[in-house]
Amino acid sequence: MSLEFQLNGKTVRTEVDPEMPLLWYLRDHAHLTGTKYGCGVGACGACTVHLDGAAARSCTLPLRAVAGHRITTIEGISQGDRLHPVQAAWIAEDVPQCGYCQVGQIMATIALLKQNPNPTDADIASLTNLCRCGTYPRIRKAIRRAAATGGTR
Amino acid sequence: MTATPTLDRRGFLAISATAAGGLLLTRVVPASAASAMAEAADSIPIGVFIRIEPNDRVTIGARDPEIGQGVKTSLPMLIAEELDVAWSQVSVTQLPLGLEKDSGPMGLRWKYGPQGAGGSTSVPESWDDLRQAGADARRLLVRAAAARWKTDPDRLSTKAGQVIHPDGRKLRYGELAAAAAKLTPESKPAPLKSPDQFTIIGTPTRVIDAREIVTGRAQYGIDTYVPGALTAVIARCPYFDGTIERYDDSKALKVPGVRQVLTMDGPALGAPLTANLAAGVAVLADDTWSALKGREALEIVWKQGPHAAESSADLDGQCERLLAGTQVTKRARDDGDLDAALKSAAKVVTATYRVPFVSHAPMEPQNCFADVRPGRVSIIAPTQQPGSASRVANAITGVDRLQIDVQMTRVGGGFGRRLSNDYVAEAVLLSKRSGKPIKLVWTREDDMAHDWYRPFGHHQLTAGVDASGTVTGWSHRLASASKYYRRSDVEPQDLWTSEIYPDDFPAALIPNLRYDWLAVESGMIRGSWRAPAHNANAFVVESFVDEVAHATGQNPLDLRLKLLGEARELKYGQHGGPIFDTGRLKNVLQIAADRIGWPRLVEPGHGIGLACHFTFGGYAAHAMEVSVDQAGELKILRCICAVDVGQPVNPLGLEAQMMSGTIDGISTALNLEITVKDGQVVEKNFPDYPLLQNAQAPDVEVHIVRSTKTPSGAGEIGLPTAAPALCNAIFAATGVRIRRLPIRTQLKEAGARG
Repeated sequence: MSLEFQLNGKTVRTEVDPEMPLLWYLRDHAHLTGTKYGCGVGACGACTVHLDGAAARSCTLPLRAVAGHRITTIEGISQGDRLHPVQAAWIAEDVPQCGYCQVGQIMATIALLKQNPNPTDADIASLTNLCRCGTYPRIRKAIRRAAATGGTR
Repeated sequence: MTATPTLDRRGFLAISATAAGGLLLTRVVPASAASAMAEAADSIPIGVFIRIEPNDRVTIGARDPEIGQGVKTSLPMLIAEELDVAWSQVSVTQLPLGLEKDSGPMGLRWKYGPQGAGGSTSVPESWDDLRQAGADARRLLVRAAAARWKTDPDRLSTKAGQVIHPDGRKLRYGELAAAAAKLTPESKPAPLKSPDQFTIIGTPTRVIDAREIVTGRAQYGIDTYVPGALTAVIARCPYFDGTIERYDDSKALKVPGVRQVLTMDGPALGAPLTANLAAGVAVLADDTWSALKGREALEIVWKQGPHAAESSADLDGQCERLLAGTQVTKRARDDGDLDAALKSAAKVVTATYRVPFVSHAPMEPQNCFADVRPGRVSIIAPTQQPGSASRVANAITGVDRLQIDVQMTRVGGGFGRRLSNDYVAEAVLLSKRSGKPIKLVWTREDDMAHDWYRPFGHHQLTAGVDASGTVTGWSHRLASASKYYRRSDVEPQDLWTSEIYPDDFPAALIPNLRYDWLAVESGMIRGSWRAPAHNANAFVVESFVDEVAHATGQNPLDLRLKLLGEARELKYGQHGGPIFDTGRLKNVLQIAADRIGWPRLVEPGHGIGLACHFTFGGYAAHAMEVSVDQAGELKILRCICAVDVGQPVNPLGLEAQMMSGTIDGISTALNLEITVKDGQVVEKNFPDYPLLQNAQAPDVEVHIVRSTKTPSGAGEIGLPTAAPALCNAIFAATGVRIRRLPIRTQLKEAGARG
């Protein structure tokens, strides 16, 4: 049995176990390792990708549920050397410490800004991605900066 | 899917075919230091840390593991400063473990100097030698220029990667590197800059890998994919010191992709914990999902072992019994005559605090790649101690340590967890026994159940205060299970040394003072957790100073300043010494107090709290303002952190570390506890070990003391004072004194009681 979906703008067809979470397909089979494993239960958000443009936690998303859908990972976000405004804001505010959760934070932020280009502090606080290093203050600054500089691209 | 294999700085892409017939792209991490440092073929090495390309691009090797504390940025800054290059021309590459032959008794020495991340030592240990490495390389470049110009090197100066002649002529380092590399280095160390000449040290500098991180290209241990490697997961015995009674792997072996099942012994009962920690059954498979499904299909009956009755309630009972008795395991300090001081005191204040086990829970779960071959071992791991990873691999395989290659990736958080290389031991064991390259992956549940937990303890504090409000007697009795649990390098009579530091505040500041330690028995594995001992003791001591102040009608700031007394240097014999400067601690405390406007009347339900502490050579203070409403809902309205770590190397990184320590301290104080029931850990994953989320994390206003003193590290100093400042603010707002961590629902319960 094979299933098909869009991955970063290209059609992929795979015959791996349809119960395999998207996360492990991305990492082990597509070798897109920017998407990280953190908890496996959808609690931390390190594995956040976009499913038809909305943030989704890929560790609890079986492949069968993405068949026919559009998936975007961090590898599909920047265009060549040109960073997405959210990525650029992350660098400008010097957000990362260990950096492991930041791809998920960025993917969640891009999805948030797409829906809500001018988020309030409460909207920003609604992001539940975990950061063990405690980079939250700089994440908030980066989100505000991205919103002010066209992060809705 | 299509992709073009390209060369990048971190490794190369290899292509192989997947089972499904598609292209499989595999990133392979360079296999040795030589390849890591020789990526640009025309670059010239100047010493072991620096390579210069003809186009003036400078590559600096970073020697310590990057766990989020920022040393991959700050340590190369030390070299770049003295090399006298512009930071914009610098690239940084992570060095592997460097060991080389030595004629001394160890037989080995560090090639690049000590490599590790622990005890906030990276910056202080590197301050002299890495600046010297930069200065010595700069002198070679100057000598090469002098030879070219046939002039005296002393007449020449340097700036931003160029040697400058008094007549205005310039030579770029890229033009000089080849000649400089051929010169014999002088034995006398080159002179170092004075702080007023710094152009890089003290300049806010962004994380060197930021671009790789935000694009998902940064390589963590878990991103290691090597062709032919099997992915391993292990079902570990959940009981401390439990073993395998019997198991059936027939269903597991039928899971598609599963290749092999191996059993592993845990450490012998009571033996030092030097390799893997738990008995278990390992599943080796083609990919992570197959391995996980195979593990799920195992049928295992565990032998529960000797600690199967252990529970958090029993540990509490043990602590209570010990503290109610008169026996002590170790009298760590006994100044003056405490009993007489308490007898003659106008007022005696006493309180008991409880600090729970906590887990490190780094975002990147443990993992390790190991490939054991005849006569050589290759390891790629996120580790805080690459040297001990090599030692562990040597103990398991017998392979000469010079033939054990240890590559360090970026590390997705450390917090002390990866000072222990138990996961490296597991990967090495599995590779040795299977004969295959192994990528071992831990799940979050594995990580939470098999950690080296921050010790649990009860602290009984007593103070005697005379009629004038002077504290004349102080007693701290701590019942805890020592962090030094089954350590091969610690004698039983020294177990107390990790729990209570004899020279910690208020030692030498109160004439009659006693620190006692009482040993708690526990089968829990314990270890170092960010700011070990300080993370518990500063909470207790700084909360109790507050209690003494309130009980005797004194202003908590004034009492702290009075206790610290005249600014002077006290002897400090533990890690972070040799000096504890009371003036530097008073200074950060006063800054934090001033910034929050202490003393200030606040509205009902609001409160301000302070705390200060000396940790590992650094001085920090927190001031927080909180509100607690009728329902017990807590809000942190303002959070200030003042810090003095001497000369700031990277102020932007230092600020980040203070935010990090503060939020970690708040997160842990509010919500985090590991509990024990039936000899195993109860909490499984983030839903029942709830790290602080964005919505609860305050902004942190960081104030950095300007200083040119030799720097101390910054990874831990921001944590210890956050919890007591928070709890002191809660007391000021509500009259509720938090004596048991975590806080969780205590305020709501107090509110309900009215």
